[in-house]
Amino acid sequence: MRAFAELLDRLSLTASRNAKLRLVRDYLRETPDPDRGWALAALTGDLSFSAAKPAFIRKAVEARMDPQLFWWSYDYVGDLAETVALVWPRRPGANREPELSEVVEALRTATRPEVQRLIEGWLDAMDEPRERWALLKLVTGGLRVGMTARLAKRAAAEMAETTRVEPAEIEELWHALHAPYEDLFAWLEGRSEKPSSDNPGRFRPVMLAQAIDEAVDFAKLDPAGYAAEWKWDGIRVQLVHEGGVRRLYTRTGDDISRTFPDLVDALFEEGVIDGELLVLRAGPTGNQVASFADLQQRLNRKAVDAKLMARYPAGLRAYDILAEGRDDTRTLSFAERRKRLEAFVARQASPRIDLSPLQPFASWPELAGLRADPPPGDPQVAEGIMLKRWDSPYEAGRPKGPWFKWKRDPFLIDAVLMYAQRGHGKRSSFYSDYTFGTWTEGEDGQRVLTPVGKAYFGFTDEELKAIDKYVRDNTVERFGPVRSVRAEPNHGLVFEVAFEGLQRSGRHRSGVAMRFPRISRIRWDKPPGEADELVTLERMLAQMEGR
Amino acid sequence: MIRPQDLLCPKPEGLYCAPGDFYIDPVRPVARAVITHGHSDHARAGHGAVLATQATLDIMAERYGLGFAAAQQVAAYGEAVDRDAVAVTLVPAGHVLGSAQVVVRWKGLTMVVSGDYKRRRDPTCAAFEPVPCDVFISEATFALPVFRHPADAGEIARLLRSVAQFPERAHLVGAYALGKAQRIIRLLREAGWARPIYAHGALERLNALYERHGIDLGPLEPATSATKRDFAGEIIIAPPSALQDRWSRRFPDPVSAFASGWMQVRARARQRGVELPLIISDHADWDELTGTVEELRPGELWITHGREEALARWAELHGVPARALALVGYEEEDDD
Repeated sequence: MRAFAELLDRLSLTASRNAKLRLVRDYLRETPDPDRGWALAALTGDLSFSAAKPAFIRKAVEARMDPQLFWWSYDYVGDLAETVALVWPRRPGANREPELSEVVEALRTATRPEVQRLIEGWLDAMDEPRERWALLKLVTGGLRVGMTARLAKRAAAEMAETTRVEPAEIEELWHALHAPYEDLFAWLEGRSEKPSSDNPGRFRPVMLAQAIDEAVDFAKLDPAGYAAEWKWDGIRVQLVHEGGVRRLYTRTGDDISRTFPDLVDALFEEGVIDGELLVLRAGPTGNQVASFADLQQRLNRKAVDAKLMARYPAGLRAYDILAEGRDDTRTLSFAERRKRLEAFVARQASPRIDLSPLQPFASWPELAGLRADPPPGDPQVAEGIMLKRWDSPYEAGRPKGPWFKWKRDPFLIDAVLMYAQRGHGKRSSFYSDYTFGTWTEGEDGQRVLTPVGKAYFGFTDEELKAIDKYVRDNTVERFGPVRSVRAEPNHGLVFEVAFEGLQRSGRHRSGVAMRFPRISRIRWDKPPGEADELVTLERMLAQMEGR
Repeated sequence: MIRPQDLLCPKPEGLYCAPGDFYIDPVRPVARAVITHGHSDHARAGHGAVLATQATLDIMAERYGLGFAAAQQVAAYGEAVDRDAVAVTLVPAGHVLGSAQVVVRWKGLTMVVSGDYKRRRDPTCAAFEPVPCDVFISEATFALPVFRHPADAGEIARLLRSVAQFPERAHLVGAYALGKAQRIIRLLREAGWARPIYAHGALERLNALYERHGIDLGPLEPATSATKRDFAGEIIIAPPSALQDRWSRRFPDPVSAFASGWMQVRARARQRGVELPLIISDHADWDELTGTVEELRPGELWITHGREEALARWAELHGVPARALALVGYEEEDDD
């Protein structure tokens, strides 16, 4: 348990993705079975307990110490599990510290009253707060150490020393594996064959597109070699019906079937479809795409009811087929797959599934024109254009060349820097997170700035240094890691902010929220008084909604 | 009937001893002062006469210049010095080099001012000596049950493991310039780290002072002496404030570590952007504070700077009458 506790401790304070990978990889290399397998399952979210409720933990600790002293401690620390981990009185020689696997195996079989006694016994036996904290995280469910399932699987791929293992291989295997994954580790360590992935209903790792470099790529690409589709503003998913198993996966392989029962049943034939999850409502000429805000109403929910499904009907806009019946179609060309997809979607005749249409074009300039001024209907709300080479097979990962995304130009506004916050990791000595605002009329009729968004990328290292210096030289007030920066009509810093879209938001004082805001240019030359007004954003929003 | 408050009582300048006419760790200039240790919130410049250990006087001279007080008097550990009718004895407190508890005896009454102290072994200073007393005046910096400092060797092992795990990065350890920095260096040496340790300029003079007092810190280099690339795999010690300062940009993708008792609380580590918190403190933790009271069983416990209420509550529950003195002017020193 000690090594696992140390791992969680470090992960929770490490910002860098590469450093996290290294921490997990090293843990997996150094820890024996079955502990490392349970740890991996805990990190990927495939193992989670809700063996202990906060009330029980609190009662257990108050039976061991003065409630007043506990209360002061809790008040100071602010987090229940952490407080309990810190204050739990030592009982020297109570028991032997448990291994992670002992904890997991006991929790899987014990009854509820037994579980409570077990947890108290383990806490007594543990020597260090770090271990008690890790145990409490494990038993209360949800590690929340800033680790995604995908990153954990990548770390597993990297632990292989003798052979090169692609993360996609592990992702495809994943649903055929069971914790504590001894067969997986045996393969990664070169001790046995690769486990079989022939598991009906499994996730297939997805193929991703590269961003196109307009200046370089078009000169080399033949327009006749590529198909164009609109890029939809939803969630990339994989709908599976195979061997009687029905599943809906995110592009990282998370199973979200339970959140979308209205979509999971839509395939009556067996097959695996790659497409965009959208809220689709019946319109005069087939399905019509609703806004991303509507889709958000359906995401991250454990339970859905008929009312919610009726109000925000989920649909799949299909753009690829990875399996048809028992055939794996991934080795076929895109042209071949597209033909099969069109026929397959037509046969399902489901209002929940439609086809992402191809956009015919003859030349790159013509396509550029369509991208800038899309035809009426759904393309108006598309995020841009996808280019797919007609002869490309379906390859997991982000291969160079076969698929490109060509995003619509972002929206731009000029906004004034209001607050700056210290960054994390490499950037902890820099003020690198910026809150910016636009002008509006204050209560007394004065022009005041109201925050409209926050951005922490889009600038070069050199520019970051310059902004950091500006922040330090123009600080008005400090609140912990945040500084408020001078922002007056004639003195302040203007950013040109690029963003992908706007949504109404009750959580933001300005009433609007930007999607993917980033700094596109620093306008050292521009007086803040000439930055944009909040009304400009409101107008943009009305236009997006009114299309 | 002699009452403890006739011997020592809190005043705005600090804890005052009327029969001996001196203050202990006064926060404003006074005529006569007894100084427990060299941290700047306890040892200030500008007093008339100062009584302290040799090391503490040396530290003050290093920080403020030789004329930091009109007159200086050395008290060796364990040697009673008369101040009018009062006998003053300095006894090791185990906090930093030269740190002392002040034992004040007058008309059969013994009061002990702990100053800042810790109970665990520290290779850079003399260990705390418990002195039986009528009144024990305890610090309370970490007087909450959440503060339970782990073994320092374990924390140093975590640091060295991280250095091995991330050989391409520099490890930047924030440590208070007096005491903590030298203790970390010694602990690293004890753990077998023989490479040069790079020190921020603000530590140089105190490092040299420790060496003059016989504490071998091994090979030290100024943190400016190598190019950016050369710091990969190295350990650099700097005052905590330098961690997030522009100064830290000279190091390759540094792992920011911070050696402090406050690092016990994750939110504190997160707030400061610390990636590797090292829970190493020069103060007594909760178990040491309460254990010391239990060991001494003083007639009364007085509590100075820190979280007085929790320690007072604990003392009451354990049958030791306690009172909080509410002295002002002492900082949460590790937390600058």
